[in-house]
Amino acid sequence: MSFPWAKRYEPTNPLMKFLDEKLPLPRLVYDAVGAGYPVPRNLSYMWNFGVLAGFCLVLQIVTGVVLAMHYASNSGLAFDSVEHIMRDVNWGWLMRYAHANGASAFFVVIYLHIFRGFYYSSYKPPREMIWLIGVVIFLLMMATAFMGYVLPWGQMSFWGAKVITGLFGAIPLIGEPIQQWLLGGFAPDNAALNRFFSLHFLLPFVIAGCVILHIWALHIPGSSNPTGVEVKTESDTLPFHPYYTAKDGFGLAVFLLLYCAFLFFMPNALGHPDNYIPANPMSTPALIVPEWYFYPFYAILRAFTFDFILPAKLWGVLAMFSAILVWFFLPWLDRSPVRSGNYRPLFRKFFWFGLMPCMAALFYLGGTHAEEPYIMFSQIATAYYFLHFLVILPIISSIERPEPLPFSITEAVLGSDGNAVLSDNAKPVA
Amino acid sequence: MIRLVGILVGLGFAFVALLAFGVGAYNAATDPAAETAEHAFHLESEMPEGGYSFTGPIPSWDVAQLQRGYQVYKEVCSACHSLNQLAFRDLSELGYSEDEVKAEAASWTTIPGIDPTTGEAVLRPGLPTDGFPAPYANDVAARAANNNAVPPDLSLMTKARHNGTAYVYSLLTGYQQPSAELATRFPDSMPGPGLNHNPYFANLNLAMAPPLSDNQVTYADGTPATVEQMATDVAAFLTWTAEPSLVDRVRLGWLVMGFLLFLTVLAWLAKKQVWADAKRKD
Repeated sequence: MSFPWAKRYEPTNPLMKFLDEKLPLPRLVYDAVGAGYPVPRNLSYMWNFGVLAGFCLVLQIVTGVVLAMHYASNSGLAFDSVEHIMRDVNWGWLMRYAHANGASAFFVVIYLHIFRGFYYSSYKPPREMIWLIGVVIFLLMMATAFMGYVLPWGQMSFWGAKVITGLFGAIPLIGEPIQQWLLGGFAPDNAALNRFFSLHFLLPFVIAGCVILHIWALHIPGSSNPTGVEVKTESDTLPFHPYYTAKDGFGLAVFLLLYCAFLFFMPNALGHPDNYIPANPMSTPALIVPEWYFYPFYAILRAFTFDFILPAKLWGVLAMFSAILVWFFLPWLDRSPVRSGNYRPLFRKFFWFGLMPCMAALFYLGGTHAEEPYIMFSQIATAYYFLHFLVILPIISSIERPEPLPFSITEAVLGSDGNAVLSDNAKPVA
Repeated sequence: MIRLVGILVGLGFAFVALLAFGVGAYNAATDPAAETAEHAFHLESEMPEGGYSFTGPIPSWDVAQLQRGYQVYKEVCSACHSLNQLAFRDLSELGYSEDEVKAEAASWTTIPGIDPTTGEAVLRPGLPTDGFPAPYANDVAARAANNNAVPPDLSLMTKARHNGTAYVYSLLTGYQQPSAELATRFPDSMPGPGLNHNPYFANLNLAMAPPLSDNQVTYADGTPATVEQMATDVAAFLTWTAEPSLVDRVRLGWLVMGFLLFLTVLAWLAKKQVWADAKRKD
């Protein structure tokens, strides 16, 4: 793993020498996120979001563990225990708002991380496994966030849980037994709340495990970069520390500014007022919506309104799950040998004028009332979503003529690369 | 092979989505959804004129206003609405001294308790550690007394409604006779028996009769008790009950932002310095 010119860990301090002999943990860190990990020198700020996502995970685990010390996962107590945290626990309001807004921040960061992957085709060989683990992490995040939103046991918690577990009811024959098995009853109640709390506590540590696999897999080919040209020589890379620790440090500071603006000045802006009403199975809210980060998939779910062979609801459920599952197949759908969208004119057009507006529309439409014209727009956006990944991407990857790539990362950054002279496609030196 | 299957699956989903679009568009064109009364007559809540001290960049609580609002809650709202999340001790944040809080708690005489000698259930005066008592023993009693509607708990009301502070103020001042237009266009949305028209309420008709009338309370500080004034004050009080940490939170927020801004500048300078030699073209 890593490149032959990677710096080697050579402890001088006797304590570190002792540690390195018995348990080379410092060496592991040094090679993973220290000077021992050579990184392409041309990474843009779009490459900050991996570190930021890791920060968010730690933030969520730390605030979450503190909240769990004061929270009561009982359907009769849950709502009041959250208010107890907000009012009576020292700094409880800070912990809870940090956790609730931390979930949103985590998803903002992860969506940017994923869209970065789309544009620069980070899923292509040799990085398929990193991508696959990443999609698994995203699925785990969605499950964790969904169950976390149920815990305050407000109106939207209850009805959100009812709608989402109700999706399994759309499966023919076995759907309803599955739904009852998941909930531990016929509707969300104490059994469901307790198991959601248990899993909400467990899954972040499963995510942490997957993150370790994600980073492990990353360190085999090394990071991709905005040109999509693989690292050739030492001049293409810089050690992660101090160069990218410094760059990530600045990115983290900017992230914290935005996060704290929400946390301190508008902590409920991304939530829904109905969740400050205690759960009431007898009173259905006028509009049942999940948190904003599920909107695209919720819009896809609601777009299917017509029974074509299968019931509309089943189409919606299949489409919603397929919308994420399709990401697993990206490495084999997009076969263009060029990675970066910067050198793919046709791909770039479809990315900026197709996929991004489509995602923006789905993000908006998932939160609207299920009425016209919103449903019609979400139907068009949904159709485009599937066409983009499953039809357009495979076709453009075979008909597109990519623009010429730089010889190397060094050439892309500095304008020339001494090593280029040695290669066949070297330009004549003037 | 994956791409072939993918293209078929993609075309399949797109076809069904577009089919649904076609059916929806056809239905929308031939049978457009009728406008609803809520859509035509519901009004967006507005803040009272003059605004509040707790909005804006440097918020503060107007303690006198919160005390007036508490008086309105106690003398008017508490007849039907509970304040479950609050305890009497919380009133110390409204500028009352320890003795005043004790006296205030004791002025509420319907706290469920246990007779220390017989063990029987009794009602006793409040202590600062007690929560505010609920006006009804249970939802059934609340329904029976209120035309089959349960008066909601008010502790979190301003957070449980969109634009909540403005909502409470607008709802309390917004009662009016339904317009003639509503009567002709949407006769079904006219207030039924025991209901009252209010354009700030989601479905235009609510069971609560107009709760405030001029001079309903006598303010200790001599402020004229108009409906507007009482609505303004109680909306402020309920904003505090919903989020007692609001002012501390925003003020702490500015300190944090100042620190983070400083940190960001330092991080930027550090990054620039570290990268200086890597950017050089040699």
